[in-house]
Amino acid sequence: MSERTATIASRVGLHARPAAIFAEAVGALPVEVTIALEGDPADDAMDASSILSLMSLGAANGQVVVLRAEGDGADEALESLVKILETDLDAE
Amino acid sequence: MPKAVSEPPAGEKLASSTTAEDAAVTLRAAAKAVQAELKQRSVGATGAGKSVLEATALMAADPMLIKGAVKLITTNGTSAERAIWESAASVAEMLHNLGGYMAERATDVLDVRARIVAELRGVPAPGIPASDEPFILVADDLAPADTATLNPAVVLALVTSGGGPQSHTAIIARALGLPAVVAAVGVESIADGSAVYVDGAAGSITLDPDADQVAAAEAWAANAATLAVFSGEGATADGHLVPLLANVGGAADAVKAAAAGAQGVGLLRTEFCFLDRDEEPTLDEQVTAYRGVFDAFPGKKVVVRTLDAGADKPLPFLTDASEPNPALGVRGYRTDFTSPGVLKRQLAAIATAAEGTEADVWVMAPMISTAEEAADFAAMCREAGLKTPGVMVEVPSAALTSETILGLVDFASLGTNDLTQYAMAADRQLGPLAALNTPWQPAVLKLIQLTVAGSVAEGNNKPVGVCGEAAADPALAVVLVGLGVNTLSMTARALAAVAAVLAKVTLPEAQRLAGIALAAPSALEARARVRAELPVLDELGL
Repeated sequence: MSERTATIASRVGLHARPAAIFAEAVGALPVEVTIALEGDPADDAMDASSILSLMSLGAANGQVVVLRAEGDGADEALESLVKILETDLDAE
Repeated sequence: MPKAVSEPPAGEKLASSTTAEDAAVTLRAAAKAVQAELKQRSVGATGAGKSVLEATALMAADPMLIKGAVKLITTNGTSAERAIWESAASVAEMLHNLGGYMAERATDVLDVRARIVAELRGVPAPGIPASDEPFILVADDLAPADTATLNPAVVLALVTSGGGPQSHTAIIARALGLPAVVAAVGVESIADGSAVYVDGAAGSITLDPDADQVAAAEAWAANAATLAVFSGEGATADGHLVPLLANVGGAADAVKAAAAGAQGVGLLRTEFCFLDRDEEPTLDEQVTAYRGVFDAFPGKKVVVRTLDAGADKPLPFLTDASEPNPALGVRGYRTDFTSPGVLKRQLAAIATAAEGTEADVWVMAPMISTAEEAADFAAMCREAGLKTPGVMVEVPSAALTSETILGLVDFASLGTNDLTQYAMAADRQLGPLAALNTPWQPAVLKLIQLTVAGSVAEGNNKPVGVCGEAAADPALAVVLVGLGVNTLSMTARALAAVAAVLAKVTLPEAQRLAGIALAAPSALEARARVRAELPVLDELGL
């Protein structure tokens, strides 16, 4: 299991537009990815390709999340996702 | 417009011929189809609309939503329609409980749900149809939410079988400058794609229009463009000044109204600051919001209406949705009885916002029913440092006791929409009662006359304005001026038309027409007789 942490950079947190961009990116990857707030049990991690799950996670600006995935390409996949989360998507 | 999607019966199970696997496959396909359609629409959209469409497109095939529904299908044997209905209901509730921005997305989930169910049933998707060709929209009635998706560049006119002259459809139509006919019983039977001619002023819908009607429609469109400009000073032909102000719901509206020439704001609906929230906005949030409006009208009058929650504008933290008669319930000023403090804080915010600007800020309370309430409100305003307190006259008791009330405050503003509803004991939103709900009703005109008489008797020339939809009707505006109303406040779009018609009558003529309207045996007669004396209405296609 590969794991990466990321700090949410989008100004108003992981809401509609940034969440949509992130969820679409996850959907395009060859692996399944879960997301959880840092400190939450891995069992409670949510499906990162689900925009509704992302919204219910309620990750705010500055909060740290943990991304997990396994299988071929998991590391690269997580790297690309961390980049997305750590860009201020609201600024675009 | 397709009818709203009805809830699949509770406990509905799979049809005996359908397996759980088949239903799951069908559901996923329907979700994907809805997703594709929303995505396609997002391509043509811009700005906030685009973001919302993109996010809802993703929601349509969201794993959480679909997995939840598939689980119900496979473990409970629930039908696909019922399964998606229930799954979306729990997701919506979860979002609602998160509050704030997330709670607002709950309605998006329900919209997506309706689309998926419509797809499963093989019926057209709910909501205003997307179309490249301009069209006339025919519906049962339109909700406030429909305004967001209504594009006046594509929708030419509105026709509803329900609603009334003061329903949301009428308000939307006036705001967008669209011809509209409401309470048109039977229009549901007009086939999609039929050619129709809609005459909003005459209140008629004609199928298979002839060449004359087509020409008339084109002429009106041409005129509507010239009528868009208001010179900035409302007056009768003989120079009697009638300031024409705008009804606004926030800074963006205010800026547009100022650009349209409004001489001030006759009604600032402060609900925009409070709606869709779980808690009261902070002082700073309110100050910023109100200042945005004040800054658009330096040196001009801005009349702020304090929070008007309740009835068709529920606020979860302030009003009780379980009241048996919301229109007669704890609404407007009355919420101060059950939730004291909110109004006081709002007044403090208004005063702070006013200090930082050059607008002349007046404040009025909605739903005032007694002189005692007026006195209490005036005292609260003084305490907050607000110099010009007033009341809305929408409860008939206030119209009938206006002399006493005006002895306690500085001005009155007639809210004709609700005044008509209460005077005629007719719910504004019920189609069958539409004929009762017009401000042309002689009884309503009489109440307006009495309010003005109260001001005259009080002896200090305290102004009486009208800020209801009545002010936006050019013929009725003439009658109001004739009845002695001092100012008219309306949607910014109506300013030019009202100014153009007022400029064609002298004050004595307006008074004569007011007399004709008051003496008429019915609302229809009042309107017809007044309109017959105003040839300018036909000339301008109003």
